[in-house]
Amino acid sequence: MSYITKSPWIIHYDGSSCNGCDIEVLACLTPLYDLERFGIVNTGNPKHADVFLVTGGINEQSREVVKNTYDQMPDPKVVVAIGICATTGGVFRECYNIMGGVDKVIPVDVYVPGCAARPESIIDGVVRALGILEEKRTKMTEKGGK
Amino acid sequence: MITEIIFAIGFIILAPFIGALIGGIDRKVTARMQGRVGPPVLQPLYDVFKLFEKEKAVVRNEVNFYIFSYLIFVVFTGALFFSGSDILLVIFALTLAHAFLILGAYAATSPYSHIGAERELLQLMAVEPMLILAAAGFYMATGSFSVRDIALWPEPIVMTLPLLFVGIVYVLTIKLRKSPFDLATTHHAHQELVKGLTTEFAGPTLGMVEIAHLYETVFFLGLVWLFFASMPWVGLLAVIIVYFLEILVDNTTTRVRWQVMLRSAWLVALVAGAINLGVLTLM
Amino acid sequence: MELLVFLILFPALAALLFCILPNGRLRDTIVVLVSAVIIAVTLYLFVLFAGAGTVYFDIESGMISQIMTGLEVIISAGLLYLAAKYRQYLIAGLVVIQLGVVLYAESLINETAALNNLFIDPFSIIMAMIIGIIGSLICVYSVGYMRDYHAHHEGMPDKRRWFFALLFVFLAAMFGVVFSNNLFWLFFFWEVTTLCSFLLIGYSWDEEARKNAFWALLLNLLGGLAFAFTFVWIGLTDPSGGLVMMDTLLAAGPAVAMIPAALIGFAGLTKAAQMPFSSWLVGAMVAPTPVSALLHSSTMVKAGVYMIVRFAPIYNVTMVGYMISLVGGVTFLLASGIAISQSNAKKVLAYSTIANLGLVVACAGIGSYAAVWAAILLIVFHAIAKSLLFLSVGTVEHKIGSRNIEDMTGLLGRLPAVTVMMIIGIAGMFLAPFGMLISKWAALVAFLDAQYGFILVLLLAFGSAVTVFFWTKWLGKLIEVAWNPKPVEAKISNHEYSALVPLTVLMVAVCIGFPLLSSYLVVPYVFGIYGMAATLGQANMTIMVMMVFMVLIMPLSLLYFRKDRKILPHYMGGLSSTPDMHFKGSIGVQRPVALGNYYLADYFGEKRLSNIGNGFCIAFIAMLMITVILGVIA
Repeated sequence: MSYITKSPWIIHYDGSSCNGCDIEVLACLTPLYDLERFGIVNTGNPKHADVFLVTGGINEQSREVVKNTYDQMPDPKVVVAIGICATTGGVFRECYNIMGGVDKVIPVDVYVPGCAARPESIIDGVVRALGILEEKRTKMTEKGGK
Repeated sequence: MITEIIFAIGFIILAPFIGALIGGIDRKVTARMQGRVGPPVLQPLYDVFKLFEKEKAVVRNEVNFYIFSYLIFVVFTGALFFSGSDILLVIFALTLAHAFLILGAYAATSPYSHIGAERELLQLMAVEPMLILAAAGFYMATGSFSVRDIALWPEPIVMTLPLLFVGIVYVLTIKLRKSPFDLATTHHAHQELVKGLTTEFAGPTLGMVEIAHLYETVFFLGLVWLFFASMPWVGLLAVIIVYFLEILVDNTTTRVRWQVMLRSAWLVALVAGAINLGVLTLM
Repeated sequence: MELLVFLILFPALAALLFCILPNGRLRDTIVVLVSAVIIAVTLYLFVLFAGAGTVYFDIESGMISQIMTGLEVIISAGLLYLAAKYRQYLIAGLVVIQLGVVLYAESLINETAALNNLFIDPFSIIMAMIIGIIGSLICVYSVGYMRDYHAHHEGMPDKRRWFFALLFVFLAAMFGVVFSNNLFWLFFFWEVTTLCSFLLIGYSWDEEARKNAFWALLLNLLGGLAFAFTFVWIGLTDPSGGLVMMDTLLAAGPAVAMIPAALIGFAGLTKAAQMPFSSWLVGAMVAPTPVSALLHSSTMVKAGVYMIVRFAPIYNVTMVGYMISLVGGVTFLLASGIAISQSNAKKVLAYSTIANLGLVVACAGIGSYAAVWAAILLIVFHAIAKSLLFLSVGTVEHKIGSRNIEDMTGLLGRLPAVTVMMIIGIAGMFLAPFGMLISKWAALVAFLDAQYGFILVLLLAFGSAVTVFFWTKWLGKLIEVAWNPKPVEAKISNHEYSALVPLTVLMVAVCIGFPLLSSYLVVPYVFGIYGMAATLGQANMTIMVMMVFMVLIMPLSLLYFRKDRKILPHYMGGLSSTPDMHFKGSIGVQRPVALGNYYLADYFGEKRLSNIGNGFCIAFIAMLMITVILGVIA
């Protein structure tokens, strides 16, 4: 197992969420759920992060930011779409200003639906993302080896 | 000569692990203070290893050169210290190392790292007088700048330099990047201007900064220990107490503005230095 | 002996030639030739006298002294004329009083006893090398610089003939200062340096230049007056004139020499631009850059510290010495502080000069063997680093059209060669393995061993922290990236290069080779006076040299770091930015990113700190004067 799964640092971005999911994400960091048990730190800086948590659907304003933030993260990296809005656009998907889920802009690895997504499922989503991160890491070393 | 080299090599090999252990315990204790479980004790090591697994991404190639120099000179500083060299040279080497770190942040030329660099520079300026005064105090107490002579001094130096010891503990908070003085960058999840100084460092580059920090932690705790060198075990206890205090302060205070940091650090250095050195002169 | 006389007379005669020669290639070539000869002779002087200890030269003083007095009268008359023309009555008054005092003193002293009028010892050799090598290189540099200068300042009367003449007179006078054993002679050369600096500062002779030039003259005349009173005192205590010889005076010990030492110390403080006299050196930056380089590194201010260091043995463990030290220490701290708040590169350099001279003065005032050792090393390192910095700033100023540090953003990419030299100069001023740090180390040791030295230790500790701040932020500006740099005219004249490159080499060489410098010149001098000498210790030397090599090798790592890295854009809070760093600001407007340094003007403002410094230093100098007056009464 590589070290990346032991120390996944996250960055959290609010696309256009109602803040429900954001509060749940932050709740994960509280003593009750204590994400730091898994070495997870909320860095708030794409250059340091391995996991990108996005809440809320994507609109014209946030499109660029999500893309830019994703681009600035060094490989290997995974994206977790948190909440139904981030997954598909949710109840807002028909809105004139909403493009849809996060995967309209960047590749998403794990979808965590829910309105709002519960901390347990968020943690579960992140842990699944770690598996994918591990895979990506292996692929990267293979490629680098060649 | 041989023992000195052994000590230096011992520091170079062991310090990152000791530093990581201390960092891990720090995070564990912090978590407990907040009613959490906290990460594994070896978490700082995992973090560093992970950073080296990441892609080599930079803003500009030159940044790596500065950061690498920072790392090398921090290691050099510690090695000088633990091999018993001249303590003033140790302090100057440390300043050089930090100058490289700051230049690295400047070279990245991004708004966040720029402000981080300026703040780190302020921190450097806040700490420097206290370190030099402590070195002066050691000299007045033992008649030598050599760390070796100071360590072999038969009496506990803290008895002659109590105020300087307090001063060093005060600036230790700045050097270890603990709240309330973590202005340039921070280890906490709560952020300061994104990540301040280190905002633009990714992957292995950040890894070098982290390793340097591990070395630095060990070096500074060594400096604290030096005040008790004649009683090694008491010294160890003192180091543990001091570090615990740092954690406590870290968790109970909020970040201050740079004005407060600079003023208070200089005031502490001035008062501690003037009174302690003055009394030593008159005695 | 011929060598010394040659070094004093040759530049002076060359100056006469430059008064006649018109602008053009011929003059430029002769400037370079004369400079080369001076450098060669200085090196020969070093080879000849390095191991010889102190050598005195017996020169008949009668005739020469009369010529000097005559010249002094002529100079005074000239100054009186200028002072009257520009209504500087204070200066006129000082000139008259000074001349009167000197003539009166000369009538008191029977100078026929004076024999060993010239001398050379290791300290003189060091000073001569600084003057000969660095001063000459600056002269070479000015050839290229002044051509650009007049191209940039059209409409200004082209007085380059005078300019070059004055530069060489200046060098001649400086040689005179460091070779004279007869204090009358020394005083004559001392006054010539004052005159030269006055004329050079006022080179452009516009309103500001004139004002600053007269201000410099006024303060230096004040010092000259104190110097002149020394002769009165000598004349009254010892009419035989034996004490006019510096070696006799110094050998007489503090009991006899205290009062002259204090007066000369005061003169030295004015010339070395210590607070409260520092303002003249700051004002002097209106002059063309080579003049600043000359004033700051190899001449003028160095004459001030030279005298104070010469008299250091007298100051050892005395009230007078301690007061001088405090003036130096306070100046070091506060001038460094002021440098933080300045964005004008020349002003930063000016304040840093004042600060470093403060450190030298503080060491000399302590006057122990370790302190003198530190002081001399400081003089050497400072002279090289500062001349290099001034000259590189001068070149940069002509190329980018600004001397503001904020405009130097990304200079490393725009003018690589000059910037690398500038970086080496800055590193030499404060970074660990390089020169100044060694001296700081030595100064600290010296202060700790001195009586009540802990106050100076405090000043040094805070001062050096401040130094780190303003130099590092300047360095940072140089290595940052400029996103849309203004195009720079890259061609730099050969004359400028031929001064910059040797200075850079010299800087690195001195950093690596300072143990040799110390053991061949500084230690013999210090040992000759005190019978013991400070050294750095073998282990520390090794560490220092090791660090220099580490820093020099480090850039090789770039070869490794250049490979297979992915370049990421800057983080701008998630918004994208253009390659030339514009970002979308509020309401969608494109804005450029602008980064500036901290100047902390509320804390380190020029006015605020100058006032504090002047207050303290005036108090210390008053105490010094009280000591003198009490001494005279007793």
